[in-house]
Amino acid sequence: MAIKTQPVTVNLGPQHPSTHGVFRMRVMFDGEEIVDVEPIFGYLHRGSEKLAEERTYTQIITLTDRMDYVSSMLNNQGYILAVEKLAGIEPSPRGVWLRMIASELQRIASHLVATGFLLQDLGALGTPLIYAMRERENILDLFEMLCGARITNSYLRPGGVFMDAPDEFWPALDRGLDDIVNTIDELETYLSGNEIVFSRTKGTAVLPPELLINASITGPMLRASGVDWDLRHRAPYDYYDKISFERILHTASDNYARYWVRVQEARESVKIIKQCIEQIEPGEVRPSFDEVPRLIRPPAGDAYAAIEGSKGELGFYLVSDGSIAPYRMHVRASSLINLTLLREMLIGGQFGDLFVTFGSVDLNMGEVDR
Amino acid sequence: MNQAMLDNSLWRNIYCVLAGDSAQCASRDYSAGLLPGGLEWLAFLLAAAAIIGLVINGILGGVIVLIWGERRLFGRFQSRTGPNRWGPWGTLTSVADAVKTMFKEDLVPADADRILFNLAPILIAAPALLVFSVIPFGVGTYVADLNIGLLFIMAVTSLTTLAVLTAAWSSGNRIAILSALRSVALLISYEIPMALAVVGVIMLAGSMSLGDIIAAQGVPFILVQPLGFFVFFIAAMAEMARAPFDLTEAESELAAGYLNDYASMKFGLFFLAEFMAELSTSAIVTTLFLSGWRGFDPIPSQFWFIAKLIAVLFVIIWFRMTLPRLRVDQVLKFAWKGLFELTMINIIVTAILIAIWPQPTTGQLWMMAAINWPVAIISIWGVSKLLGTPAYDKPQPTAEAPTYPVASESIPAGSVLGAEKGGD
Repeated sequence: MAIKTQPVTVNLGPQHPSTHGVFRMRVMFDGEEIVDVEPIFGYLHRGSEKLAEERTYTQIITLTDRMDYVSSMLNNQGYILAVEKLAGIEPSPRGVWLRMIASELQRIASHLVATGFLLQDLGALGTPLIYAMRERENILDLFEMLCGARITNSYLRPGGVFMDAPDEFWPALDRGLDDIVNTIDELETYLSGNEIVFSRTKGTAVLPPELLINASITGPMLRASGVDWDLRHRAPYDYYDKISFERILHTASDNYARYWVRVQEARESVKIIKQCIEQIEPGEVRPSFDEVPRLIRPPAGDAYAAIEGSKGELGFYLVSDGSIAPYRMHVRASSLINLTLLREMLIGGQFGDLFVTFGSVDLNMGEVDR
Repeated sequence: MNQAMLDNSLWRNIYCVLAGDSAQCASRDYSAGLLPGGLEWLAFLLAAAAIIGLVINGILGGVIVLIWGERRLFGRFQSRTGPNRWGPWGTLTSVADAVKTMFKEDLVPADADRILFNLAPILIAAPALLVFSVIPFGVGTYVADLNIGLLFIMAVTSLTTLAVLTAAWSSGNRIAILSALRSVALLISYEIPMALAVVGVIMLAGSMSLGDIIAAQGVPFILVQPLGFFVFFIAAMAEMARAPFDLTEAESELAAGYLNDYASMKFGLFFLAEFMAELSTSAIVTTLFLSGWRGFDPIPSQFWFIAKLIAVLFVIIWFRMTLPRLRVDQVLKFAWKGLFELTMINIIVTAILIAIWPQPTTGQLWMMAAINWPVAIISIWGVSKLLGTPAYDKPQPTAEAPTYPVASESIPAGSVLGAEKGGD
């Protein structure tokens, strides 16, 4: 006897424990197999890009903090680079080194969060997440020493950073870097060889590199497919041309490869920070107010600056009409663009892998919706 | 007045104190009962009610302690404190939670089938309690020693899935139904290895009565039946849907699965039933494989039982805290391709050993253990090779790994920043 079956549609989110915020999906599945996915977002839209048109260039820094709220320093960096390019500001060297240290620390924190939440999506009941978050707390403590804030830092300013690191920051940073390496070792012993983690992530949601490039996906997702594309290496900004680091690549392009690339990149970031500490020299952390006034009035024109964010190419496009506020700001949000292949990744897969794949994209709803 | 009830020392003591020097208690030196003569039927009922009340309240109290202990352990595993506000070391946290749960609003979805929706929490709590009726907690401390005790446990634990299915269907929620389907798949797959895993124990003891099984354990059966223990423990974890088999609840996928629409004390009953299942599973494992209440004097047998129970509970919580969840197809594959084979190997080896030593003495049990352990290690290793995921050939490519030429070569470095359009 043939049993008549039909696919079932369910709504997942925006109130769901593993949608990484307020993402919503309308999923059609047949048994355990996913037939169709319709992503719906916009629940966290705050109009940051429009708000930027009403604010001065310095005030906008606080808006960028709140876009991708697990990597505020990187958002600051992307925006500041665009402003410097637009206004032709020459940054002071110590400020640049400091902001590189800050943004690499933020990259480690962001990758740790991504890894922790991926394991949470895999069904580990909080233990790996809390191990990762504990290390992120140490990084946030370092941020607190740097600028007094932990998450919404607003540490960077056009031309550098707003204050120098205190003396006690440097020994704390040395200790913190050792701790980070230990934590990553701990996480890797726990997870990289774990049969359940491996069997659930290997070979799931495989994306060919051609498709990734056509969808303009960047960041660890792209590097997990073997494409050697890292803006820190391809188009060095700040002083990344004075730094040598290994580009982490994996060829499998599945969920495991994405996880693996993030973990190894966190290790590389530790090496980058150590090189920064060696090369940093005393001096001013930002140009004087005569050179860069508090109220910047860039000449009319536009500028686009992109950095290698924790989730991919994070670009800021600014248009100036010569006034104190930008005429238009547009953000190339890597989280949003990395989501474009979500259907290709999910359709045909298992329902149990849905949120694992979703987590392996490492998106942040604050950045997707802005 | 059947013999099974009379054999139960707890019940008999209460009965004889009440009924006095009746026919059944004559040999026990009870001179005068509390009740006047001719009221043996009342003594029978009162003794039965007392035993039921004692066991149920004992189990519920145990569950409250277990919830507290599990949360404290979770805290330790996750390098945090765990509940520590209410009462000494947070011991009253579960009590506070229970009170809070009772006073919550009792929501019923508009689409729900009300009768089934209300029935499901009762359906799930009753079998979880029934299991304890055959478990011997100590010398003579049990409700009933059925001669088909193990079969009874198998039958009763399967009822849980019926309750899950009822709950899911009556809530009219698609995610809940998906969770119930997973629950049924788990039951069908894991009931078979679970039942086959205890066949070895039954063969060794020659009985399904839990009392006889404990009596037969001159050597704890975990040593004699390592393969049986391994399979039974995993299958029991899957039966009660604990991590890494928590597919039915799957917090990160199905939110809470079949529990989605339950609130207040109805949810509380599901929650209690889950922990009661954990408790009963540990009790069964203790009885079948860890020689139950057997220990050495002068420590009382009940203490031994509880100590072994806590050890098993710790391992279950450890598993839950450490491992991520398996996917449905992997779980089913593991049951049919892995555990089923292992139980078959176990049954054959045990049958041969029983044929050699039909009534094994303690020395012969040790010899069986010496034969069974290499068999277990080799067969588990073989199955893990068979079912394990092969690693990547070269899992760590460096920057020299094959790069995709299109993007890496045609976009020159430096052009990304769009230098010519910048407004200097």
